[in-house]
Amino acid sequence: MFKVADAPLDGRVPDGPIADKWDNRKNELKLVSQNNKRKYDVIVVGTGLAGASAASSLAEMGYNVKAFCFQDSPRRAHSIAAQGGINAAKNYPNDGDSIWRLFYDTVKGGDFRARESNVFRLASVSGSIIDQCVAQGVPFAREYGGTLSNRTFGGAQVSRTFYARGQTGQQLLLGAYSSLMRQVGAGKVTLMPRREMMDLIVDEGVTRGIVCRNLKTGEMEAHTGHAVVLATGGYGNVFYLSTNAKGCNVTAAWRCHRRGAYFANPCYTQIHPTCIPVSGDYQSKLTLMSESLRNDGRVWVPKSADDKRAPNEIPEADRDYYLERRYPAFGNMVPRDVASRAAKERCDEGFGVGETKQAVYLDFKHAIERDGEDVIRSKYGNLFHMYQKITAENPYQVPMRIYPAVHYTMGGLWVDYNLESSVPGLFVLGEANFSDHGANRLGASALMQGLADGYFVLPYTVGDHIGKHGSSLKPLGNDHPVVQEALESATSRVNSILAVSGTKSPDSIHRQLGQIMWDKCGMARTAAGLKQAAEEIRALRDVFWNEVKVLGTGDSFNQNLEHAGRLADFLEFAELFATDAWHREESCGGHFREEHQTEDNEARRDDDNFCYAAAWEFQGVGEQPVLHKEPMEFNEVALSTRSYK
Amino acid sequence: MSGQGMNLTLRVWRQAGSEAKGEFRFYQLNNVSEHMSFLEMLDVLNERLIKLGEEPVAFDHDCREGICGMCSLMINGQAHGPDNETTTCQLHMRRFRDGDTITIEPWRAKAFPVIRDLVVDRTSLDRVISAGGFVSINAGNAPDANCLLVPKQDQEKAMDAAACIGCGACVAACKNASAMLFTSAKVSQMALLPQGKPERAQRVLKMVAQMDEEGFGSCTNTSECEAACPAGISVDNIARLNREYLKAVVFSDEGV
Repeated sequence: MFKVADAPLDGRVPDGPIADKWDNRKNELKLVSQNNKRKYDVIVVGTGLAGASAASSLAEMGYNVKAFCFQDSPRRAHSIAAQGGINAAKNYPNDGDSIWRLFYDTVKGGDFRARESNVFRLASVSGSIIDQCVAQGVPFAREYGGTLSNRTFGGAQVSRTFYARGQTGQQLLLGAYSSLMRQVGAGKVTLMPRREMMDLIVDEGVTRGIVCRNLKTGEMEAHTGHAVVLATGGYGNVFYLSTNAKGCNVTAAWRCHRRGAYFANPCYTQIHPTCIPVSGDYQSKLTLMSESLRNDGRVWVPKSADDKRAPNEIPEADRDYYLERRYPAFGNMVPRDVASRAAKERCDEGFGVGETKQAVYLDFKHAIERDGEDVIRSKYGNLFHMYQKITAENPYQVPMRIYPAVHYTMGGLWVDYNLESSVPGLFVLGEANFSDHGANRLGASALMQGLADGYFVLPYTVGDHIGKHGSSLKPLGNDHPVVQEALESATSRVNSILAVSGTKSPDSIHRQLGQIMWDKCGMARTAAGLKQAAEEIRALRDVFWNEVKVLGTGDSFNQNLEHAGRLADFLEFAELFATDAWHREESCGGHFREEHQTEDNEARRDDDNFCYAAAWEFQGVGEQPVLHKEPMEFNEVALSTRSYK
Repeated sequence: MSGQGMNLTLRVWRQAGSEAKGEFRFYQLNNVSEHMSFLEMLDVLNERLIKLGEEPVAFDHDCREGICGMCSLMINGQAHGPDNETTTCQLHMRRFRDGDTITIEPWRAKAFPVIRDLVVDRTSLDRVISAGGFVSINAGNAPDANCLLVPKQDQEKAMDAAACIGCGACVAACKNASAMLFTSAKVSQMALLPQGKPERAQRVLKMVAQMDEEGFGSCTNTSECEAACPAGISVDNIARLNREYLKAVVFSDEGV
């Protein structure tokens, strides 16, 4: 199903002790002098935490920036929906936290499949993120004395999560958005909303710009510059049902992959344990209930599989608080992958609750008795409100019903330590890259990574590329052959989709793809299932190109066409996902292979054979991709089996 | 409720482009489950339209969990429909009855031109923010976060204002299409926090000037905006904006 490259892939990690690596690298990086920055143009695609923070920081430094998003405003990027919080090693609660501990927890939480040096840098700059956000006016929760407040998240035994009610992502994004809009007002950032990136422009192996479709007019536009920054989020919607926004897609990343950027670890998917269960076949998305709820909510199922009683009528003696029972040290606060698998296991064994039996209880009764309803409301009011809106049940009175759902994707475009992809001049930030979370991301770490990349890493490293290549890169006009070729290829793809004129809607085909992915590439995977999934995906791709029906034209606002274009890319990407999951003959973090588990059903890693990042090189649709292995070395945190008992 | 769902008549605004003439069209949709969200009901309608060869109804939506502010429908004359503090995407069909006729329109305001069907252009709100809705702090400049103590009650009030999702329901609900609730939410957040103090006067002056330039109407204190707001933003913020504006005009250097 694939070929293997001979030479190992080099992550270009700097020399020196881990605590000095980032300083050492910064000292080596080329600088662009203040007066020269205004001569250079940087294209930023995506305006979530990573994209907005990068775009505003680059503009503050003096570069000319163009910022692109498919939504009508940069403020709507899906970072806005993150609920629970953002980690930082401030140690404000004086409970023994440190940069080292945040680093250690993140490497261990990622099940030893992340690049150690990146994670250490992430932990080192985490404190500066909080400083920056507070200075912008982000209203983080505070104590009565006026100092910042913290709470605990999964996979940690210290309190290091900063939060703004259950809307932390919203407040952080609005902070980054306000900085971005300040630069728009100052004329340093040109905003390009309602644009979909369709292709990457590469000339002589160096990134030169992008082609995008203006979603309002359908016009194909080429934008060129001296570097391209991709911050386009994750690919969870390959499962159709996920907690991602409906517009989230893999298109920008996949188009870069087709132009030479390696795609790393696509099979690492986070299935979040606390989401509202599916209610019907019209379901269009799933809604997350923040992990922070597990601070006060207790997860349980009835001890007897055929207990038909309402939850409040089931006495304590007949309840199985299975996370507390199995993991006494971390209890309800085990990492997400562990909690999700435990819920699936209970439901598969027949202990699930609710009409579909595909749910477990998350119960706040004890917390409300202990702290009072007002305290619980002040911590989680908006989440309880949202739950009640969707289910018509009052979680102050009856336990929530929850089930795991696809939430985050740890895999993404491969980047080196500088966050530069395998195509020089293309940088990838946030969820769109693969680097910091290994095989499982800990809660409250996505916001941290997005902002670390955008505020404190990329602004340094992009200068190195521009310092080295900037003056030799002559402007490319729209008539340049590589620009022409990219424009034509994007246009012809749109035209081919419209030309199929079959009978099946994009949505119906997307649902079929989601079913294949959930059944065979979801929480539990087998070699046979994955192989079959790859075949079914190939067949479904043929169905798409022979039977899809998209009405309307390419030169107008056409949401159905947008969806079809994204789906076409998901159908190519999904095969790589299945191939990656099939090739990784071990279980680690969010990747669980049934063949590789311990006697008590925990993930069994194979460090001898699979302690590497799998970076895939595109060879053509349906062709065997080439696997490049970047060895993951653990010099600081000894490789060990995760235990949360 | 049994397996049998609701039968509904939908009266939907269709408009092929910003310059085209729009009209209401009627669609019959049967067997709608009460557990569906309003947008899932429109998904079902669109799937049916595609089958029939009619272009699906364009509407803005993204997160579908009430936070991104992208969804924007006028439902039976109410912005985001009948539920309090609820976006269109969080509205569920259990709120409707078998046999209902539901009228669905785009936001209507001079500053929000229609792009297609139910989709409008709200970039005017972004321009109001870019006029002054920020603290001028470059990345890398910030002091330690706990250097600045903020009383909990001030932070809570600032958070109440900062919860605005920028959907534009306040504008759509207002008979004058005023953006005062939106603008005042950002002015209030910054006015309540010490970080916002240095630029306090010029912020309110510039944001109000931009609001006028975009063609939003004046505020006449009817509070329709507060009633329509899915994020529970209070008109107290408008009072605070007015105080800030007056102070800036009378006492600050910028106002002279």
